[in-house]
Amino acid sequence: MPTDRLRVLLGQERPIPLAVELECASGEILALVGPSGSGKSTILRAIAGIYTPERGRIDVDGETWLDVRAGVRRPARERSVGFVFQHYALFPHLSALDNVLQAMGHVAPGERHERARRLLERTNLGGLESRRPAQLSGGQQQRVAVARALARDPKVLLLDEPFSAVDQVTREKLYEELATLRRDLSLPIVLVTHALDEASMLADRMCVLHRGTTLQTDAPLVAMTRPASPLVARLVGLKNIFDADVVGHDHERRLTHIRWFDRVLEAGHAPQFAAGTRVAWSVPASHILLHRRDRPSRGERENPVTGEVIRCTPMGAMTAVALRVVAGERADLFFSVPTHVARRNGVAPGAPASVSLLADGIHLMPGTGAASAGSARR
Amino acid sequence: MDTTALLLSLKLAALTVAILVPAGIFVARFLAARDFAGKAFVEAVFALPLVLPPTVLGFYLLVAMGGSSPLGRWYEAAVGHPLVFTFDGLLVASVIFNLPFAIQPLQRAFEAIPDDLRHAAACCGLTEAQSLWRIELPLAWPGLLTAVVLTFAHTLGEFGVVLMVGGSIPGETKTIALAIYDRVQGFDMAGAGFMSAVLLLLSVLAIGVTFLTSSRRRDRHRHAD
Repeated sequence: MPTDRLRVLLGQERPIPLAVELECASGEILALVGPSGSGKSTILRAIAGIYTPERGRIDVDGETWLDVRAGVRRPARERSVGFVFQHYALFPHLSALDNVLQAMGHVAPGERHERARRLLERTNLGGLESRRPAQLSGGQQQRVAVARALARDPKVLLLDEPFSAVDQVTREKLYEELATLRRDLSLPIVLVTHALDEASMLADRMCVLHRGTTLQTDAPLVAMTRPASPLVARLVGLKNIFDADVVGHDHERRLTHIRWFDRVLEAGHAPQFAAGTRVAWSVPASHILLHRRDRPSRGERENPVTGEVIRCTPMGAMTAVALRVVAGERADLFFSVPTHVARRNGVAPGAPASVSLLADGIHLMPGTGAASAGSARR
Repeated sequence: MDTTALLLSLKLAALTVAILVPAGIFVARFLAARDFAGKAFVEAVFALPLVLPPTVLGFYLLVAMGGSSPLGRWYEAAVGHPLVFTFDGLLVASVIFNLPFAIQPLQRAFEAIPDDLRHAAACCGLTEAQSLWRIELPLAWPGLLTAVVLTFAHTLGEFGVVLMVGGSIPGETKTIALAIYDRVQGFDMAGAGFMSAVLLLLSVLAIGVTFLTSSRRRDRHRHAD
């Protein structure tokens, strides 16, 4: 078993239910995503030792930081963690340099200043060492927090929504800085975020949480296009989730046929579902192609679906469209098209429109979409 | 001007601050950081001197420290003189009747420090003592100053408890507040007026310094954006 990784097992019923199982290898960024109250921050706090769950075990780099059953509870100050808090939690009465120095108790006194200065330079804060947090911008405060977290020479880096308190422009700059920084760091990094785009941009894997339970851990693209359940599909922002019956499989073409209302659709190959099984299926908005009125294309043969536009909301360069494909049923497809395409093709409320559902985007899941919709919203 | 009484009051106030404020720091920090069964009761007990008539508090202290009480007997056996009607007894009473004046501002100050700062200190590897000394006390400084000033000023002005527990023995338990009362009883309005003016000046100075420090500190930590 490799020891240079973080392994977390947590369980409890109250006050916040937790059923967590996750691993993060050295050099990997694992994103914890989920709605507010799903326990993301609680997991980080448990790893750091500032929250103790009823049951659990946390191993880092061959050391056991927590093993409730064996009575091992290493206090926070004895766990080498770098923690970047959501609002940074910088010490307001200390300069940037002094903030970083607080985390250097393990370094020989003669070397502390030099190393703290180097860390601040590495996080692009050279020249701002003597400023207090209130004299720094949001982005600069975040960098001090990162420098302070690294000053501890941590075995794990924990980032609790570190980009939520800065503006969009600064956020993009900080994304780049984190991506650069992680190349030099060979330690597990756990990033809590509720922004799915952030997770898919920065993380190697993402762990989807709901009410304290880890539902699926996969590469962001996999989790977002091939969710393990309708609940995960909803949590990763998929809107097109429906129920269907499996008709059969075409093993040669690696396709599965499903019946959705009166249509038979070709879906990605899912031989684990026997013919006749009731399944949920999803398709990302990116795999729904609007047919052009003037120039039919080859792709139109793939799962063509016609319906009536019930909503059409221009949002800058893109227009969000809702297409009702079965009259009287709640079977609406949601997708976006460039606003000029919507205009040119006469996409407007009440107008008919045709789309293709790309077969490799249609993903089958056990369970039913309708039942889980309620539980995701609860 | 009764210089002896003034000096005695200043000595009593200084010693009360020296004993009560360090102890108050630990009690206040504990109350600010922890939740436990019966916490409200403990807080109420510490706040009691605020609402209890000073003579009532003085009466109970007199009974609790008197020669027939276990504490009084133990003290007399150990030290060789009784606790009541001595400076030592006065000091014990002063520490007790000042409990809310020291603990409450400190507790509010510790409560105002976000939990995440304490957590960040722990994640930086700081021990409890280092966290208190380097992070929490500098941030709780206005509360600390308020506790010092209130305790000091309140000790100078306390009358009922001092009279009950200490009597009014010149050079031993006669504080400036008692001396003012004595002067008024003896129709020495000029002497009473002068001593009152000294107390007024000290009080105004103390409160002024506290307010000034607190407002400066707020300005310094106010967020830049």
